[in-house]
Amino acid sequence: MAGTQQALPLARPGAQERSWQAASAAVRRRRGVVRTAGKLALTLFVFALSVIFFLPFVWMVSTSLKTDPQVYHVPPLWIPSPVRWANYPEAMTYVPFGLYLNNTLKYCIGSTVGVALSSAFVAYGFSRVQWKGRNTLFYIVLGTMMLPFQVRMIPLYLIFHALGWLNTYLPLVVPSFTGSAYFIFLLRQFFLTIPTELSDAARIDGSSEIGILLRVIVPLAKPALAVICLFNFMDCWNDYMGPLIYLRDTAKYPIAMGLEQMRNHSMSVAKPLVWPHLMAASAVVTLPIVLLYFFTQRTFVEGITLTGVKG
Amino acid sequence: MVARALSLGREGRKVATGLFFTSPWIVGFVAFTIYPLIASAYYSFTSYDVLRPPQMVGLDNYAEIFLHDDIFRIALGNTVYFVLIGVPASLITSFLLANLLNNDIWGRSLSRTLFFLPSITPAVASVMVWLWIYNTQFGLINGFLAGHGMKVIPWLSSTRLAKPSLIIVQVWAEGSSIVIFLAALQDVPRMLYEASLVDGAGRLRRFWHITIPMTTPVVLFVLLTGLIGTFQSFTLPWLLTRGGPNYATELYSVYLYRNAFVFFKMGYASALAWLLFVIIAIFSVVVFRSSARWVYYRTE
Repeated sequence: MAGTQQALPLARPGAQERSWQAASAAVRRRRGVVRTAGKLALTLFVFALSVIFFLPFVWMVSTSLKTDPQVYHVPPLWIPSPVRWANYPEAMTYVPFGLYLNNTLKYCIGSTVGVALSSAFVAYGFSRVQWKGRNTLFYIVLGTMMLPFQVRMIPLYLIFHALGWLNTYLPLVVPSFTGSAYFIFLLRQFFLTIPTELSDAARIDGSSEIGILLRVIVPLAKPALAVICLFNFMDCWNDYMGPLIYLRDTAKYPIAMGLEQMRNHSMSVAKPLVWPHLMAASAVVTLPIVLLYFFTQRTFVEGITLTGVKG
Repeated sequence: MVARALSLGREGRKVATGLFFTSPWIVGFVAFTIYPLIASAYYSFTSYDVLRPPQMVGLDNYAEIFLHDDIFRIALGNTVYFVLIGVPASLITSFLLANLLNNDIWGRSLSRTLFFLPSITPAVASVMVWLWIYNTQFGLINGFLAGHGMKVIPWLSSTRLAKPSLIIVQVWAEGSSIVIFLAALQDVPRMLYEASLVDGAGRLRRFWHITIPMTTPVVLFVLLTGLIGTFQSFTLPWLLTRGGPNYATELYSVYLYRNAFVFFKMGYASALAWLLFVIIAIFSVVVFRSSARWVYYRTE
């Protein structure tokens, strides 16, 4: 047509040009709406799935606040009425939870201190010092990660039996002072990202290797150290099998075993409100870890991916 | 000559420093790994009940395991079932969920948190909730079914359903795999997706030809660690069903624990332990060997 045969670009678009622009804007708008609709649909789908995953927790809390007849209501009730808050203090005195919490904290903190100190120390040797045989030894460290615990379990038990360490937390805390392969691996990877110039500069200034570790590496590695402290604390809090093997006296139980003890005891006694109490106790055992996770979320996710992928 | 002595000295000093720093681990390795490995191999040839000194019985333990022990066969079968069905189930579910969570949606970090929560919950607490969910009379599912006049499902009391019920709980708690896969997905070069869009590739094609191949190294990692972990699975079956009903969930580690700390047959249990080690090693090697065929390493 007449407007398209012009050789020079026009300052004002012609009629055909304008209608073309309007049409393409409409297409873009529609595409935007479709994209947003798609995003909404996906969001709803993902949340529906995540609700299914989260449902057990809702059920846990819901049951923990129920009164006797409501627990056994068929079909199941979601919202208890009345809400029986008393279940929580009652559950906490069913078995000595205060004592168990104390035991758990001693275990968690003791083990975490050991693991943090030793893993950083050992990881330094695998990353900040160049020495012959370093990599070979490191591969052995990695190899131990694939060794099933069961093969060492019985002799370990017998060693601690001979040492008289059974029925204490020593078998669970002392070995953490020799480092954990997983955390050594994680810290080594992290230490390797710190520029060697920093170490060299410190060496030139006459610092010892330990000095470099303490004054150069550790301050820079605080995020990674935080990750291993977090992971280890959580592992100890959740640990059931370790305490199960080494502890005899119920007075020494951590909360994981305390909860299990509560279940065994309540199942054999025809006490009312068994399930709400068990759910309340379960919620109390879970809550600290969940809170810990919420406050350290980013550190958490970084930690899992530090060795999971980049290794 | 002096130079050679000097360089030996320098190298030697570095080795000494290296060994100094790694010494805590070496001490632990010798005391808590090497010695127990040798000792358990020794005990596997004995009969040892801790009260009396170990009595040598040669290959009797192994003969008993292979020829006379029915429960060993059941336990091994149960565990292999778990590995062949549970591990792929967890892997596929977490991979698909990670892909879903990798999209641009609202409330992304909240939904990721919800999927991750089960994996950080203490096993004892998780088991307690699931016991109540699976409860035959008043549980979340059966209560609903019964209340509407339908037949209840005997999740944990049926020998047929007990293992799948356990696998459901295991898949539910697999949040850490989701996180690892998410990281791997974010590592896939954008450029590949963009190039495929130019060629007109649809979502499914992009998923099958780009996403999956580029994440196979991480899939191998999750597969191997899942395999090794599942063979050692103790806490979940022990807490949920104690190996029942009728040994339906008696996994290998449960049977091993029972022999060691309930029956105090330390020698027999040591033989079981070494057998487990060999079985895990065989499965791991098979998976690793096969990986050459389906894993794509970007550096090649």
